[in-house]
Amino acid sequence: MSKKILRNEAFQSLFASLICIVLGVLIGYIVLLFINPSGAGEAIMEVLKNFLHYSKANLQLKNFGNTLVKTAPLLMCALSVLFAYKVGLFNIGAAGQYCVGICASIYCAIGLGLGWLPCMIIAAICGALYGAIVGLLKSYCNVNEVISGIMLNWIALYTTNMILSTVKESTSPYTFHLNTHGVDAMLPGLGMDKIFAGNTYVTIALPLAVLTAVLIYVLLEKTKFGFELKATGFNKNAAKYCGMAEKRNIIVTLMISGGIAALGASFMYLTDYEQWMCTSSAVPGMGFNGIAAAFLGGLNPIGTIFSSYFIQHITNGGAYVDKTMYCSQISDLISSLIIYLCGFVFFIKFAMNKYLDKQEEKEALKAKGAESEKGGDK
Amino acid sequence: MENQYAIEMLHITKKFPGIIANDDVTIQLKKGEIHALLGENGAGKSTLMSVLFGLYQAEEGIIKKDGKEVKINNPNDANDLGIGMVHQHFKLVECFTVLDNIIMGVEPNKFGFLQKKEAREKVLALSEKYGLHVDPDAYIEDITVGMQQRTEILKMLYRENEVLIFDEPTAVLTPQEIEELMQIMKNLAAEGKSILFISHKLNEIKAVADRCSVLRKGKYIGTVDTKDATIEELSAMMVGHDVSLHVQKDESKPGEVILDIENMTVASKMHNNNAVKNVSLKVRRGEVVCIAGIDGNGQTEFVHGLTGLEPLVSGKVTLCGQDITKMPIRKKLTSGMSHIPEDRHKHGLVLDYSLEDNCVLQRYYEPEFTDKFGFLRRDNIRKYSEKLIEQYDVRSGQGPITIARSMSGGNQQKAIVAREIDKNPELLIAVQPTRGLDVGAIEYIHKQIVAQRDAGKGVLIVSLELEEVMDVSDRILVMFEGEIVGELDPKTTTEEELGLYMAGAKRDEVKA
Repeated sequence: MSKKILRNEAFQSLFASLICIVLGVLIGYIVLLFINPSGAGEAIMEVLKNFLHYSKANLQLKNFGNTLVKTAPLLMCALSVLFAYKVGLFNIGAAGQYCVGICASIYCAIGLGLGWLPCMIIAAICGALYGAIVGLLKSYCNVNEVISGIMLNWIALYTTNMILSTVKESTSPYTFHLNTHGVDAMLPGLGMDKIFAGNTYVTIALPLAVLTAVLIYVLLEKTKFGFELKATGFNKNAAKYCGMAEKRNIIVTLMISGGIAALGASFMYLTDYEQWMCTSSAVPGMGFNGIAAAFLGGLNPIGTIFSSYFIQHITNGGAYVDKTMYCSQISDLISSLIIYLCGFVFFIKFAMNKYLDKQEEKEALKAKGAESEKGGDK
Repeated sequence: MENQYAIEMLHITKKFPGIIANDDVTIQLKKGEIHALLGENGAGKSTLMSVLFGLYQAEEGIIKKDGKEVKINNPNDANDLGIGMVHQHFKLVECFTVLDNIIMGVEPNKFGFLQKKEAREKVLALSEKYGLHVDPDAYIEDITVGMQQRTEILKMLYRENEVLIFDEPTAVLTPQEIEELMQIMKNLAAEGKSILFISHKLNEIKAVADRCSVLRKGKYIGTVDTKDATIEELSAMMVGHDVSLHVQKDESKPGEVILDIENMTVASKMHNNNAVKNVSLKVRRGEVVCIAGIDGNGQTEFVHGLTGLEPLVSGKVTLCGQDITKMPIRKKLTSGMSHIPEDRHKHGLVLDYSLEDNCVLQRYYEPEFTDKFGFLRRDNIRKYSEKLIEQYDVRSGQGPITIARSMSGGNQQKAIVAREIDKNPELLIAVQPTRGLDVGAIEYIHKQIVAQRDAGKGVLIVSLELEEVMDVSDRILVMFEGEIVGELDPKTTTEEELGLYMAGAKRDEVKA
């Protein structure tokens, strides 16, 4: 019976994800030991504790809120990657589409003074159009989506720097605060700030992101459209053979994927939690972390909700590592180590099945041995 | 007494979830003999060979090599014991040359640098010795299936394997290539190699094998000397009851023209020439038209052009009086066309989808399977697939939820045939519909095709199997180098005459 559970797909995904997390933490700990053995245990605990670092309940809640604020965009990026992956596409361009989303939402908010809903919609549309470029190149020119995605990431970054320079503070490289220059565009909190001890950055973004995850799950598993998209992903020749518009499907997929990533950006930047730095020389890591979150979540939209939270949890937790013992980059190093290990979910699953196969074989041999003994008695 | 067996597999049992693939099977391969392993699809032939080749481990039973018990845990072990296998689906790297593929895994090197020269000499010597002609510098993707198979055989010989397993080697070959392969196998046996030949083609077994072991539904039925057994006896052993090897059908009553192709030209992907040149033909209601020809003479491109998988250079296609030349594929398929594709893995199935999802691959968007909000109606899909599975006897481990990839080739094909015929088309296009199927399944599919004809549908078959062409069709068109070079009546022509047309030795001006 227990074997049946071990063979269960969902259980395996969960189990493999947990093993990855444990391994990641362990290796992070070992690295810390090498750098400075005296503070390693404490440092790794800080990473895992994150907001529990504080002893006061309201500070804990407030910082829990901060983690959640950044979980929403990460979840959206993870969903973006996951959705494309189900259709057989590796959307590494999610990072660029996210960047386009930042550009559109901030510019609409501050430059055009639009409300939050139009800002969100325009961001999503811009991301979708940006994703469409990758899709068009893929279906009509047979350009690999990874190559065009990476190149478009850079174009997105510098275009964003250029456009957002028009709405930045004159004394700093950062864009204006929304609470002074674009109040209309701030996402409504619906009183959620009260739950999180007055953390006004907590908005409808997180519920919307979770809703998106559910919608994507339904779309992929329950609808005709999902049936077509997955068929195209598994075997585009068969999709073409039975009359699915496989070129259109690729483009539509990347549009949806791009739209989700860009919407995620608006979930972050319309809260005023962060401002864009117009001298940025790298696309935000959010899109790339989305890849890890998607895999850690077992490529299941619902699993991704939890994996995104976890990754954001340790990323935020990294900030509490004692900076007098370790250099300031250590927090990023530790969290990225754990994120890196998260990519090993499929490897763990593979190893697990291999082990189970071996066990079964052994049992079969044992049973055989018992039988032949019985035969000997006769 | 000296041990006369190269390989013995004794009392092998191998189980899969829901199915016993091999149930106490014993086969003994003598040194220097060609031993056929006969059985229907899903009888457990491939599983048994996979056990021998180390891809699966049997739950029970032992394997002996030269009388000594051995344990084969993976293909490397098998290779070390001198066992080589030509798989049904070749294991070749398409963008490598023949030579590269042959030496892959056992590359001769000095200090890590490849020594291709000696490898080439060895390969050339081997191909000379056994009559395996193939250009070592050609790329796999550019050569015919027959040559790819020779590459696979050379791979085994290069590794100096003593026991050679051929898993349904003739399924993909033309009649000429089959004959050459038979000769090659005989040469190999004469040189002392022991050959296991998996097949369900009785005449081939009769022609080439010394002895034949029969499996049925995973059970061992018996071993016979092929020279003492008739084809009818063998087939009765295989299916458990007598089967008629010839299709019973009445005189055809051709009606109105249902498919009219005028001057179709399709470009080739391989070379600058057109693969299909100015082909015109008609298919009428109530007749089976068969396009015969040697593989690679434009049949694939012709069907792809007709069904819309490839664009036409020129020409016009009319189906049921409607010009479908420029229609998208979905529109063609809903205008009364069904298409059983040549390559079931590439086009016919989404291998990672379940059997039930594959059953509705052509119809999932219909109101029966998708409600008006775009949600799939899973209950109906399940019911429909269960109906098809029962009606067409599609066997699988777990029924509708079986992943198509895990099904045997024959059952995959049955699922496709079921899906395409059940669509109730006006025109059925079937490319190699019985490729790789056993006698029982072939009989069944041929009956279905004839039933479609008798129901007043048009049937267009593209086949490489002479027997099938002669048996099923009412009219034969021969395709050679992209052109129709002859129209023959199966009742008056002979296989020899057909062969002459197929080889390009004879041609008529055909006005179809």
